[in-house]
Amino acid sequence: MAKVAEEWLNICGGCEISILDLGETLLDLLPSLEFVHMPVLMDHKYFGQTGEKTELEIPEADVGLISGGIRNEKEKHVAEEMRKKCKTLVALGSCACFGGIPALANMYPKEELLETVYRDSKTTESNGIPSQDLPALTDKVYAVDEVVKVDVHLPGCPMNPATILEALTCLLEGKPFELPERSVCDDCPTKREEKSDVALKRPLQDAEFVPGEYDKMRCLNEQGILCLGPVTRSGCGKPYLEGEENVPRCIKGYMPCRGCFGPIRKGANPQVEMMSALSSIGLDAKLIEDRRAFLNRYIGGQNRLRPLPPKVRR
Amino acid sequence: MGKKIVIQPVTRIEGHAKVTIQLDDSGNVADTKVNVVELRGFEKFCVGRPVEELPRIVTSICGVCPWSHHLASAKANDAVYGVKPPPAGRKLRELCNAIAYTEEHILHFFFLSGPDFVMGPDADYSVRNVIGIAQANPEIGKKVVRNRHLGSHMLEIVSGKAIHPVTAVPGGFSKPLTQADRDKVLPMAEEVLEFAKFSIKFAKEDIFPKYLDTVKTLGVINTGFMGTVADDGVLNLYDGKLRLMKADGSFADFAYDQYTEFISEKIQDWSYMKFPYAKSWGDGFSMDSTDPRGIYRTNSLARINVADKISTPLAQKEFEEFREQFGRPAQLTLLYHWARLIELLHNAERAIELLNDPEITSTETRVPVTPRAARGVGCVEAPRGTLIHDYETDDKGLVTSVNLIVGTTHNNAPINMSVNQAAKTLIKDGNYDQGILNQVEMAIRAYDPCLSCATHKLDGSIPVRVDIVDADGNLKDTFRN
Repeated sequence: MAKVAEEWLNICGGCEISILDLGETLLDLLPSLEFVHMPVLMDHKYFGQTGEKTELEIPEADVGLISGGIRNEKEKHVAEEMRKKCKTLVALGSCACFGGIPALANMYPKEELLETVYRDSKTTESNGIPSQDLPALTDKVYAVDEVVKVDVHLPGCPMNPATILEALTCLLEGKPFELPERSVCDDCPTKREEKSDVALKRPLQDAEFVPGEYDKMRCLNEQGILCLGPVTRSGCGKPYLEGEENVPRCIKGYMPCRGCFGPIRKGANPQVEMMSALSSIGLDAKLIEDRRAFLNRYIGGQNRLRPLPPKVRR
Repeated sequence: MGKKIVIQPVTRIEGHAKVTIQLDDSGNVADTKVNVVELRGFEKFCVGRPVEELPRIVTSICGVCPWSHHLASAKANDAVYGVKPPPAGRKLRELCNAIAYTEEHILHFFFLSGPDFVMGPDADYSVRNVIGIAQANPEIGKKVVRNRHLGSHMLEIVSGKAIHPVTAVPGGFSKPLTQADRDKVLPMAEEVLEFAKFSIKFAKEDIFPKYLDTVKTLGVINTGFMGTVADDGVLNLYDGKLRLMKADGSFADFAYDQYTEFISEKIQDWSYMKFPYAKSWGDGFSMDSTDPRGIYRTNSLARINVADKISTPLAQKEFEEFREQFGRPAQLTLLYHWARLIELLHNAERAIELLNDPEITSTETRVPVTPRAARGVGCVEAPRGTLIHDYETDDKGLVTSVNLIVGTTHNNAPINMSVNQAAKTLIKDGNYDQGILNQVEMAIRAYDPCLSCATHKLDGSIPVRVDIVDADGNLKDTFRN
């Protein structure tokens, strides 16, 4: 029986819910795999069941899943222990792969954050900075592969159950797994004319669409509604349940993509590539409000987002 | 000082915490702390973003209750932009809220807390989990897994994306519900209602009677409560006014945007999570369980306590029975589970009501908005308690300030008090084992805390200042490094 360990670091829990969204399939998997550690569902403790040990310990496993980036020393330590104990280590979700939304914090120096949160919040009675019995924060948010070696990246906010299942099945059989290098647009059913005759606008009103008929909707970028599909890895809409179509998830809501699956390939530069994608259909990318945060929303780790000098910041 | 026991990580809750129990020389409990050890920083990095993007950013505060953050943020956006969603837009939001509640309450009762009751608080840790339940009782296991998943599936159909949704927008909802999709979802909602009926019956017949003594003793404290009710005092999880009730049952009602006059937040050196309290009571703040001051609780038990009535028939019947048996306000901490199952039933009924509403398939779901400088407060009842999003914008609609108080944060002081009570009752003369420590954790699990939600804030590691406070929380002295 194959052993699986799961850990969550700087997280929201969405990736774990996505694992549960395997639904009854998860029950079918149970005879062939054993979860040896998973704090969200199971009671295995780091220092023994009554806290009697002095060293943090996670059981050995064939496959280790880590969700969340790294924001404090404890998370770093847990990531290192997972690496030590797991034969194959998977970064699950965009926080683990790229830092995720919490890495938007990398735009600000830590000192500035301190002041905002514990001194300047509306209802907070300022009374110092908590530190007793608490892990020290790292200087910024790190993707897991900035701290330990990662074997498989499964991005997405969250990754969908269909791909989690496919990847797990491959890895448990000892086969490699990699996502195809395709863009969200490659799977998007909307109509494209490769040009736009409107100005770029914020999504403050509906796109033009006929409910339920995605192939009749014109590409959102061509409608002037900024969509990060051209520079984002495809896979979010991969059907899992019977009767589902392969339509990108946000497009299903008639809403534009915000890049939650991250870059299409390693080494890509989505910021530059998006600007040229817009220019190629006649849109002025300079009109994007809050451009830096916008184009790096899920990928601020790995040095993509850094604090600007104070003058520019203000 | 005697030994220090550390439970780490606290498991089967959402997010990161540890419990520190300090024993005295004779092995009895001198002090306890629930240290919340994670932090992220949304209040800082939401500033500067276009406000209409926030409903798609704040969802990542919590992947378990993304709908609560999504909806509170969309409502704050409505207020900032000064618009009211059309009826179908509002109803679609409320439908998603109701479905999300069913999914989350099933998750909590059966996946997170259930193993303590079904497998037993002292069961071996390797089987005290949902997998243990599924193996010991495959039929229930299958039902539980299927019905939680039905919630996600329904949300996918209605909104396109169940986790970190995108369709609640300033001015309404971006995805009208087609007749075909409504017809797909309705039978699923009906199945979940059957499961909700089964759940409360199962708990009342097979679970609660077995643990009556535990319910009467574990984590018991005496506090006030807060939750949302409609204008007529009826329980409402999507919209209404806030009701803050004292332990004696007297209460004050107020509009969301008045919250700063009623609630304030303390900081303790040993937790990244802040400690809200009812400043309007004028009593100060104290977690001393013999004389608590300013302490109120949120989440299911609080909502059932502050509500006068529930709008759906089956849940109302359960509500009446609960109130007759436990009074108002009911204080026993483990009753949170019971209250949660009443809410599961209510939400399952409400989802069906909304799906049968002819207006729900209207294509008028959204009004357009124009940026302006304004403040907007959006509030919903998240499964884990009252969720407040408070935004300010400049004239381009870019965010200039964000204040968030989330469900679990309200319960920070009560959780600490319940843990203290549980540890003091259970650990005597230095005797404890994994089963006893698990019961201490059960006092936490009753609150279904979501510590990812509660630690949306971000700070640093360096103690730049240490304050000495007295028992009433008054500042006595300050040291800086």
